[in-house]
Amino acid sequence: MYATDYVKAADVADAAAKLAAADDGKLLAGGQTLLPTLKQRLASPDKLIDLAGCGLSSISKSGDAIKIGAMTCHADVANHKDVAAANPGLASLAGGIGDRQVRNCGTIGGSVANNDPAACYPAAVLALGGTIHTSKRDIAAEDFFVGMFETALDEDEIITAVTLPTPQKSAYIKFPNPASRYAMVGVFVAQFADGVRVAVTGAGEDGVFRASDIEAALTAKFDAASLDGMTMSEDGLMGDIHASPAYRAHLIVEMARRAVAAC
Amino acid sequence: MPTVSMKVNGQSVSHDVADNTLLVTFLRETLGLTGTHIGCDTSQCGACVIHVNGASVKSCTMLAAQANGADVTTIEGIANGDELHPMQQAFHENHGLQCGFCTPGMIMSAIELVETNKNLSEQDIREGLEGNICRCTGYHNIVKSVQDAAQKMGG
Repeated sequence: MYATDYVKAADVADAAAKLAAADDGKLLAGGQTLLPTLKQRLASPDKLIDLAGCGLSSISKSGDAIKIGAMTCHADVANHKDVAAANPGLASLAGGIGDRQVRNCGTIGGSVANNDPAACYPAAVLALGGTIHTSKRDIAAEDFFVGMFETALDEDEIITAVTLPTPQKSAYIKFPNPASRYAMVGVFVAQFADGVRVAVTGAGEDGVFRASDIEAALTAKFDAASLDGMTMSEDGLMGDIHASPAYRAHLIVEMARRAVAAC
Repeated sequence: MPTVSMKVNGQSVSHDVADNTLLVTFLRETLGLTGTHIGCDTSQCGACVIHVNGASVKSCTMLAAQANGADVTTIEGIANGDELHPMQQAFHENHGLQCGFCTPGMIMSAIELVETNKNLSEQDIREGLEGNICRCTGYHNIVKSVQDAAQKMGG
């Protein structure tokens, strides 16, 4: 790892000031992606600004939504009884990220801000129509995930929390890469009173996206059989040594079918 | 260099280290606690698992500075004098190791697993140890060891 300066921010305003003052500062959340990246010398920030002391770890349930502080680790989301009761898809998603040790450190804010095209959380945030709260504003999920590793965040903007509406039913199923456990395809299905929303991670060249054909079929009838015979276009899907675009297209429909069956 | 202070295995320690020092490096090289191993150094293998404030973490994927003020437990801190921790004893009795390289991490992961769930199924144990890789045993005797220890630890 290249030399860098570590500072622990006292609160969000302090973190924002330190980030703005740095030449090439990076926010340190759970560090489960950032530290491996630094160890491989793929990044060389002059300053690491740790958010651990900013009081951003919390889970609160209001009437029809759950608000999760940006520094809440995956294990806390997975094991929270309100999350499990209100949004079982979200709880199982958080409980399936990485491994137990990664879940004890990795955070929802870090995952969402990084917007890895194979990360799990973006699928939940988009499928649930969530809102990303930042040090500057509130951003709707639809406007937040811009492209691969790219979000609507400004350079000096910090995620403080994510609010996720509570669906009637939800499930997340991923086909994990056997080695890395990242999603080769992950599908989050959320049924709301006004329709079904389906988001896909691991497959799109531009990162997470909504699967409108699957949404329409499931809104018409919320049944795995509604997806019988459906095929997805390969356009815009990733192809790599793990899976071709055609295979990923197949997996999207299959993971969606399994998610509906799990609801 | 900034000073990093923490409690390691019940003892307060304080040292000046570079900001980019990993926690595992601090433990092994600064404190000489070489029971915590570096296997893959890419957060995959779990040989470096320790407890930070009671939670199992991969110490190769945390800065020493992040653990400033924390309560840290390593494999060296779990036995009671000459008496092995029940998890260590169970690995010994069930042949839960061959070369032993992964064992410190396995044991630290398994202790947290058992402490948070006293009624572990075999599946729970296998999933709970997903972040620890062993290249010798095929995991069978490791799972047996954890089941045995879970009973002795009040499961």
